[in-house]
Amino acid sequence: MSGTDPFASGRRIWGLMYRHLALYRRSWPRVLELIYWPVLQMLIWGFTTSFIARQGQAGSALVVAGALLGGVLLWEVALRSQMGVAISFLEELWSRNLGHLFVSPIRPWEMVAALLAISVLRMLTGVLPAILLAFVLYAFNLFGLGPVVVLFFANLMVMGWWVALGVVSLILRHGAGAEAMAWSVLFGLTPFSAVFYPVSVLPAAMRPVAFVLPSSHVFEGMRAALAGRVLWGELGWAAGFNLFWLLVLALVFAAQFRQARMRGALLNIGE
Amino acid sequence: MPAIEVEALTKRYADKHGADVLAVDAIGFSVAAGQTLGLLGGNGAGKTTTIAMLLGLLIPSAGSIRILGHDMATDRFAALARMNFSSPYIALPSRLSVAENLRVYGHLYGVRGLERRIGALAETLDLGAFLHRPAGQLSAGQKTRVTLAKALINRPDVLLLDEPTASLDPDTGDTVRSALEAYRAETGCTVLLASHNMAEVERLCDDVLMLKQGRVVDRGSPAALLGKYGREDLEQVFLDIARNRGVAA
Repeated sequence: MSGTDPFASGRRIWGLMYRHLALYRRSWPRVLELIYWPVLQMLIWGFTTSFIARQGQAGSALVVAGALLGGVLLWEVALRSQMGVAISFLEELWSRNLGHLFVSPIRPWEMVAALLAISVLRMLTGVLPAILLAFVLYAFNLFGLGPVVVLFFANLMVMGWWVALGVVSLILRHGAGAEAMAWSVLFGLTPFSAVFYPVSVLPAAMRPVAFVLPSSHVFEGMRAALAGRVLWGELGWAAGFNLFWLLVLALVFAAQFRQARMRGALLNIGE
Repeated sequence: MPAIEVEALTKRYADKHGADVLAVDAIGFSVAAGQTLGLLGGNGAGKTTTIAMLLGLLIPSAGSIRILGHDMATDRFAALARMNFSSPYIALPSRLSVAENLRVYGHLYGVRGLERRIGALAETLDLGAFLHRPAGQLSAGQKTRVTLAKALINRPDVLLLDEPTASLDPDTGDTVRSALEAYRAETGCTVLLASHNMAEVERLCDDVLMLKQGRVVDRGSPAALLGKYGREDLEQVFLDIARNRGVAA
């Protein structure tokens, strides 16, 4: 039925996407939750930056305010992308549907592709209203950074994805007991990501960790873009480390998926 | 060529304390195309583990499985597209409606004319009254019929059923069994059925495989097993095997 169909993979990916889209159509609290946190973060940091802008000298305070608002909005891209994958996988776990899913002809990579596609939709649903709010309330236009903002978005989204692959691997290994990681793991990387301050502020011992995270290079690039410069070198490091970590975590996921099939965890994964 | 061929299939687990557990011990059997084989055995006999290995959910420790000519170790997706599975112990997403659930699995199995297929299944299994209700709001009997509809969505050539009528009232159980008989008569589908319901096994199965502690201890048609053990129903045969009473002299 599917062996000779060149669109078979696309149909299966769409099938799993449809499963999640149907879920959101039937559950307005889930949609609200997507928008709630990015907008709340935007409001808190927006008022904070307004306060800073009033206190400081006009020029430097505006740069600091822009760096804070840009940092909040772009970091949400990584957070929402990571949660988009990890929570969508958890939805399968919560509904005890993994057994049915993996006796269908869907390949593991197709499942991951569907989760990534859903994470893009979830991220855009959450982040775009916050970006609009930043423009309306605080006159901060993220897209004013220029076309390079697309590369910032892409790099942070990919970082969210490989972190999520790590979270899903942990869930496959440890069951639903590891589900708290879906909400918390990327927050743990925030200090090293230099979201709101330059990497040079970090103690020397923390800088190597920051260096291997694509996010620290993206945020260095964002601060330079606010000053009208594009740091292609930083973007190159970000893309390179993303590729490296994506490959590593894809291998970890594949190994944990096979281990789950060895242990029978796909049938009875739980607490 | 048999639809299902199993050779020296073995599954060893490490339990929570790290001790070695032999769940399935080098079993072998085959099922001819169009035949229905019943898997019978007490709790822990290895039925569900065997089915999980046949479905590719569980990697065997040793042995081989071929389904519809495909080696499940190297080519399982080609077989999975032509198989399906039903179990009351694995749920469907409860917030999605019945129709949405069937649509999801229709896409996963690449079903052409999906809406027509859903309509036909709704008619056959009498799902029409709750086709647009969330799956989580259905009764046990309705859920079982929906799970069976999911199992038939791709018109499978091989159907694996794990206690398909567990916890159903006799009327609903009979409806499910009749639907299975009709599907088999219509398509010539091969069925592997694990069940604790002996009357169901006698009614549906051409052949029965008796499992105990992960091993095959007997095989035969229901009539042949009744004759061999000198019993009037399979439940008594089951008890003879479970309690090591052996065959009639």
